[in-house]
Amino acid sequence: MTRRFADRDALEDILEAIKKYHLAATFGWQDVAQRYRRSRVGAFWLTINMGVLIGALGLVFGNLFHSPMQEFLPFICVGMVVWGLISSCVVEGCTSLISADVIILQVRMPIFTHILRALWRNIIIFCHNLVIYPFVLLAFLIPLPSTAALAIPGLLVVLLNLAWMMLVLGIACARFRDLTQLVQNLLQVTFYVTPVMWQPRSLPNGASPYLLDFNPFYHLVTLLRTPLLGGIPTLTTWKYAIAMLILGWIFALWLFDRYRRRIAYWL
Amino acid sequence: MSHIHLRDVAVEFPIYNAASRSIKNRVLNVATGGAIQRRFDGHVVVKGLDNINLDLEDGDRVGLIGHNGSGKTTLLRVLSGIYAPTHGVADIQGDSVSLINIGLGIDPEATGRENIRLRAAMMGMAPHELHARFDEIAEFSGLGDFLEMPFRTYSSGMQLRLAFATSTSIRPAILIMDEWLSTGDEDFKERANKRLHDVVTSTDILVLASHSKELLLQNCNRIVWLEHGKIRMDGSASAVAAQYFGN
Repeated sequence: MTRRFADRDALEDILEAIKKYHLAATFGWQDVAQRYRRSRVGAFWLTINMGVLIGALGLVFGNLFHSPMQEFLPFICVGMVVWGLISSCVVEGCTSLISADVIILQVRMPIFTHILRALWRNIIIFCHNLVIYPFVLLAFLIPLPSTAALAIPGLLVVLLNLAWMMLVLGIACARFRDLTQLVQNLLQVTFYVTPVMWQPRSLPNGASPYLLDFNPFYHLVTLLRTPLLGGIPTLTTWKYAIAMLILGWIFALWLFDRYRRRIAYWL
Repeated sequence: MSHIHLRDVAVEFPIYNAASRSIKNRVLNVATGGAIQRRFDGHVVVKGLDNINLDLEDGDRVGLIGHNGSGKTTLLRVLSGIYAPTHGVADIQGDSVSLINIGLGIDPEATGRENIRLRAAMMGMAPHELHARFDEIAEFSGLGDFLEMPFRTYSSGMQLRLAFATSTSIRPAILIMDEWLSTGDEDFKERANKRLHDVVTSTDILVLASHSKELLLQNCNRIVWLEHGKIRMDGSASAVAAQYFGN
């Protein structure tokens, strides 16, 4: 080790965090395990909670929108599970560095490890929630769509997008503590603006198409949801998501490079 | 091989939530702690360290003394690469490990075995390193079958053994300590002290902050005396200790 830890630039920090992925993996797994340590069902409480929520929402909104259940329930199931991943990553991204303050002030560890830890924790939770999906398919005797494999590159793009968002939010929220509340607030609004509980085609004719096109979360949700429901995401969605990934990472790297050394002072 | 060079190092903490107007626009010299000043841009700034020049080389066993708030912890954090100085240059070569809070990372609900893994990860140990050392750690802790039990069921002496055994299983190039680790019950104390001495002697550079004259004279060949964030005296252990502790 030739260069002093605190002097490293953003890229070195991120690469070291990836090289030492076992740290993020250990702590991320621990976060989930800790919550359910003495419970019999363990982390599958997540699955049960999400399952009940999806069932209830499906019944209520399916009837409200007069949608056929076998179409609406898989839609809301995948939508909620994907939204759960995105929203909890964004919210926990805000607190990822603040809540790691004790570690950051005592142990030399890449800063990005704390972001990876939060990301990994939410991937684990996502996998638990995803268990509901095959059950919903089974309930309506729908075969697994052949397009489902497309969800894998979709997931990768979504995760890489979430990673830069979490890094940016982690840094910004460590400095400006009010930001966490603001982000939570905006996320709540975004949930209603993004077609998770309602289908895009139920938008009234006069509604502006920009509502969807300029909503980055719409594209992220679609990237994962559409293939799991038997469709193929449009090229626009792919382009949008990948452009966001590239520009987002450029911005995140610039920000991280600039403020990396200050983070310890803000905690 | 290892070295730490600090050149004109200063550390200033921005305080964003201090009610700025309550602090008068002048430098206050507080009895303990660094200077509180208000910068031109309106932020309140606490100067934790000022004008520190320090060269630590292989073989240095450095004691750090000073009253509460003199900047010891801040300097330890600069030396371990956690705080990047706000002014000046810190050049640190060598992997450093701090044995400040040896309980960091421990989950009371997890078993002893899992906690060794967690604690080792917190020390930055790679899985293969832990694998090689696991049996030795388990044996040194003397916990036997209790390793399969949740950590919270341990007596405080047992909890300390586990944290101590894991934390002292690595041999860093630079070792940072805040006081000697207390090591619980009598029969364990002797073995623990011997082990800690092994760690301390195998490291290239030791930095030990302490209030104990005896401890410092035993382990250090050099003492740095901090006062109000500045170096008041830096010299051989006996000379500085004599000045600081009086006669």
